[in-house]
Amino acid sequence: MNGASTAKKRHNRLPAIAQAGPVSLWMILFVTIPMLFIIFISFMTRGSFGGVEYTPTLTSYETLADVIYLNVILKSLRVALVTTVVCLLLGYPFAYYIARKPADVASRLIMLLMIPLWTNSLMRLNAWMLLFQTNGPVNKALLGLGFVEKPVTFLYTDGLVLLGLITNFLPFAVLPMYSSIEKLQTAMLEASADLGAKPSVTFFRVTLPLTFPGIFSAIILTFIPALGTYTITDMLGGGKVLYIGNIIKNQFGTIRNWPLGAALSVLLLLVTALLIFVYSRFAKIEDMEVL
Amino acid sequence: MMKQISNRKLRRQKRNRFFGALYASIIYALFYIPVLVMIQFSFNDAKRNYSWEGFTTMWYGKLFSFRNHDLWEALVYSLIIAVIATIISVAIGVLGGVGLKKFEFRGKRFINLMLYVPIVVPEIVLAVSMLIIFMTIGIKLGMGTIVIGHCTFCIPYAVVTIKGRISGDNETLQEASMDLGANRLQTFWRVTIPSIMPGILSAAFLSFTLSIDDVIMSNMLASARQSTLPVLILSVNRTGVTPDINALTTIMVLVMVAGMLLLSAVQRARAKKEAREIAEMEKRISTMHSMVE
Repeated sequence: MNGASTAKKRHNRLPAIAQAGPVSLWMILFVTIPMLFIIFISFMTRGSFGGVEYTPTLTSYETLADVIYLNVILKSLRVALVTTVVCLLLGYPFAYYIARKPADVASRLIMLLMIPLWTNSLMRLNAWMLLFQTNGPVNKALLGLGFVEKPVTFLYTDGLVLLGLITNFLPFAVLPMYSSIEKLQTAMLEASADLGAKPSVTFFRVTLPLTFPGIFSAIILTFIPALGTYTITDMLGGGKVLYIGNIIKNQFGTIRNWPLGAALSVLLLLVTALLIFVYSRFAKIEDMEVL
Repeated sequence: MMKQISNRKLRRQKRNRFFGALYASIIYALFYIPVLVMIQFSFNDAKRNYSWEGFTTMWYGKLFSFRNHDLWEALVYSLIIAVIATIISVAIGVLGGVGLKKFEFRGKRFINLMLYVPIVVPEIVLAVSMLIIFMTIGIKLGMGTIVIGHCTFCIPYAVVTIKGRISGDNETLQEASMDLGANRLQTFWRVTIPSIMPGILSAAFLSFTLSIDDVIMSNMLASARQSTLPVLILSVNRTGVTPDINALTTIMVLVMVAGMLLLSAVQRARAKKEAREIAEMEKRISTMHSMVE
């Protein structure tokens, strides 16, 4: 009996290696090892001509505690937080609206949401720039309606960066929330109403808790990329205002301070790990909606 | 009295529906305004896109006179990378999705966890950590490194998409196929693959769209000489985007939408055919039953 089962197991090993092997190898080679290496590099010394000298030091982390860097980190966290909150507030009712439609209408509405995502994301950001130029249509409309005396400078301001971030990440907040609201059974809501709960009570005591996994997935899928982006902040912020992403990128380009870039990356990794940990306390990681 | 209440309820429902539709339209406008502006400026009669100077279709003509070498080179470079990254990601994703669902092995939990890393960790972190490794080992940056970068974030999505497609039915079908004398390879090609085909197609579409639109990996892992289309757009943005870029990206959206419509039409046709076959089978079974009786 026992022999037969080990024989079966051995028989299973080859197909298991053939099927799960490539993905495992890829993930270890290009995710695990680079992640470990960047943590290692963050504790090394900056080479005098760029690159790295392999002498352990905490210099990079001490540099991060500098007022300049601390301000950048706090500012990035604040901007990512605002983006996430706005995306949740705008996205939840929208996802709810779609999810309560009949299945065929809902799938068409989701399709309608996906189409803009196939447009080059930088060209979409560029379009916002064109709209908000000093002599662009938005300013012309404001002047024409008499709201302002002279054109407003929108370009390269935090406000425009925020608009870019929100419109860029909102679809990724809507999708996971949509799939968890869609799974919500109408019977639950009806039961709550039949038991005498007001709509608002049903929403806060039934709907919201049951769709929490979707909401938290939305938080993860907006907050973390918003914290790490540099293209949106580069284009709409004109590179004037620095965010974490821009600083990391610069360490590997012109400035060539790899350990500092690595330390900032480790910081982003820690924020990510913290959020995932919080999520895992409330729901199963496997249930996280990522698509 | 009753009637009055239900009337009021009906009116409230109607009002709610109106405000719902209005709200959804506003959100959709937020998504579509930049797309429409981008298309509009492909018809702009100006050397560079700052402000609207009048209507012209000249840029589409200019685009197809292939005089803007940089633009076409960047597009071809992006397309080659996207196609290779899609093929690799889907191949590894199909094998991995099936394998991770079917087999138990030591370290499986770890691999599942690793698959979430590229999805949740900021792309810049993934990009620079790969960059450091490549530079340290001395791998030359270029198309190969960009493809590796793209695959690293496409594979997890492919695995997730395909895993979601595998249900209990697949296992039963596979066992039936093996019982009927097919070997593992035959079963994989003739039973497993066709049964998860919709998942494979969506994984391919997703990988392609992720790769073709990627900026961060393509920027960090590229050689200085050649860049993908999004990286080119990022670099010309400071000096002003030329309308032929708008024309090109407009065409690309139209192709993508057409491709998606085709894909969903094919999938609908397949579903219909399957339903017909199942109905046919059931009819036959019931005839057999009646014959036996």
